[in-house]
Amino acid sequence: MIEHSVSALSQALAARKISSVELTQLYLERIARHNPTINAFITVDAEKSLAQARAADQLRSIGQAGPLTGIPLAQKDIFCTRGWLTTCGSKILGNFISPYDACVIEHFNSAGAVILGKTNMDEFAMGSSNETSYYGAVNNPWDMERVPGGSSGGSAAAVAARLAPAATGTDTGGSIRQPAALCNLTGLKPTYGVVSRYGMIAFASSLDQAGPMAHSAEDCALLLNTMAGFDERDSTSLDRPREDFSAQLKAATGEKPLAGLKIGLPKEFFGTDERSGCSPEVMQLVEAALAEYRKLGAESVDISLPNMKLSVPAYYVIAPAEASSNLSRFDGVRYGYRAPEYGDLNEMYARSRAQGFGAEVKRRILIGTYVLSHGYYDAYYLQAQRIRRLIANDFVAAFSQCDVIMGPTSPSTAFKLGEKAADPVQMYLSDIYTIAVNLAGLPGMSIPCGFCKGLPAGLQLIGDYFSEARLLDIAHRYQTVTGWHLQHPAGFD
Amino acid sequence: MSLTLEQVRRVAHLARIEVSDAEAEATLGHLNGIFTLIEAMQAVDTRGVEPMAHAQDLAQRLRPDCVTEENRRADFQAIAPETEAGLYLVPKVIE
Repeated sequence: MIEHSVSALSQALAARKISSVELTQLYLERIARHNPTINAFITVDAEKSLAQARAADQLRSIGQAGPLTGIPLAQKDIFCTRGWLTTCGSKILGNFISPYDACVIEHFNSAGAVILGKTNMDEFAMGSSNETSYYGAVNNPWDMERVPGGSSGGSAAAVAARLAPAATGTDTGGSIRQPAALCNLTGLKPTYGVVSRYGMIAFASSLDQAGPMAHSAEDCALLLNTMAGFDERDSTSLDRPREDFSAQLKAATGEKPLAGLKIGLPKEFFGTDERSGCSPEVMQLVEAALAEYRKLGAESVDISLPNMKLSVPAYYVIAPAEASSNLSRFDGVRYGYRAPEYGDLNEMYARSRAQGFGAEVKRRILIGTYVLSHGYYDAYYLQAQRIRRLIANDFVAAFSQCDVIMGPTSPSTAFKLGEKAADPVQMYLSDIYTIAVNLAGLPGMSIPCGFCKGLPAGLQLIGDYFSEARLLDIAHRYQTVTGWHLQHPAGFD
Repeated sequence: MSLTLEQVRRVAHLARIEVSDAEAEATLGHLNGIFTLIEAMQAVDTRGVEPMAHAQDLAQRLRPDCVTEENRRADFQAIAPETEAGLYLVPKVIE
């Protein structure tokens, strides 16, 4: 069963070849066996999962099952989940049993999906290696001495080791796409506003967006169908007609099913700057994937995103500024950690926050507080917002010349645990290809495109606003003629 | 530009995060590294460029001014560090 896609599991459940209870048990056993070495899950609660599975089987027996009814899924620990510990990877929420469900969780619950557990992540989603989690680093199933990427590192490792058939992630600067690339998964960050942020613990509200992580584009489409939709509780949720992303995936027909598709190749993605450039090994795999797309009928056009190099600096002003505001709510008063000893109220706040937040979160709060403070606001925050506009405009110009933009997701394959942990700037540069997409609010994907020295690499697909269905279809066509996404790491059978 | 230790302490105070002297020193080094990266923005002429706060041009939606939430005070206070008689307890602020 574990080699099955979500779509295949859905069919097996519908055909009564397996029950949700049996399927959930199978995955819970795998988690019990492998999680101690991978550390992909922060919380597992077999009793709760099995209760949901029984309810799903019940729904099926009365003929009310949908495509995800009874499917066990791993949920990133950033989604508030009623009755479940929801830590966001932080000590400050180490005792937070959420009293309510995030919109995404509500959607999966109504669809009858089963929560297998809450996955490990960088603290408050601030990181690119999962090493900032208070609950320990996650090991990449492809090489246990390497990081799975971040911040959705637990979700990525769980799906890669097949401890869950699929998972949710969130992406503020690459946190779905980069771990998907490093763990050989397909991950999609939708257009900003497509998935509700209600109950998704906020990091940088103008950039945060949730999306699916799975083996294939087909499975991502199935999950996105349940995740997407208008929600009046999120003031930036977009009120748009519902789409059926699965129905829009087309079967590969004819010799050149992608004839006419114009792929934009930004020269800034294919540069060789030694600090920010892509490793030649990854670039070779990206080139091979592009050759495969040409075989499918696509043509490529050279484009430019001239302000691309400014995306990392602008992001490290905007995201910390928003984070410093969002994270002011963690004050040890209404929920979460409170320092055991303090004098006055200020000391209670300052100690609870000093003890409850990790080093990277504190750094970002301090940067954010500084760039928003009197005398620096114009030079940093406003300047970053102006540059954000220039970056978004670059994409508008690019999409007048092409239908989709492609390039590497990450400049390298998975790096070693500890390799970049001491140098925040080095770590920040691992998101050099993904961050601009969040600043512009565009949809982006990463799909598996091959291996170098046994480690997976990802091809990034960037689409125009609301082109999720098109992106998924473009990814799906590639996956019907290649087998990279079907490769699994050894040792987890 | 580079930050001073005094600025780090000031910002930490504004953010309500207690920092020891050793932490302030280490933080100063890291922040200066990050600001070196950020400084690349300063060379760009952005005169006349409209700041972009958001990916979508949205107007704030309005809703009818009525109660939509049920009262779940007991649930919410069950997870609070300290409560009494339905109130959240903190150190005395006003004498």
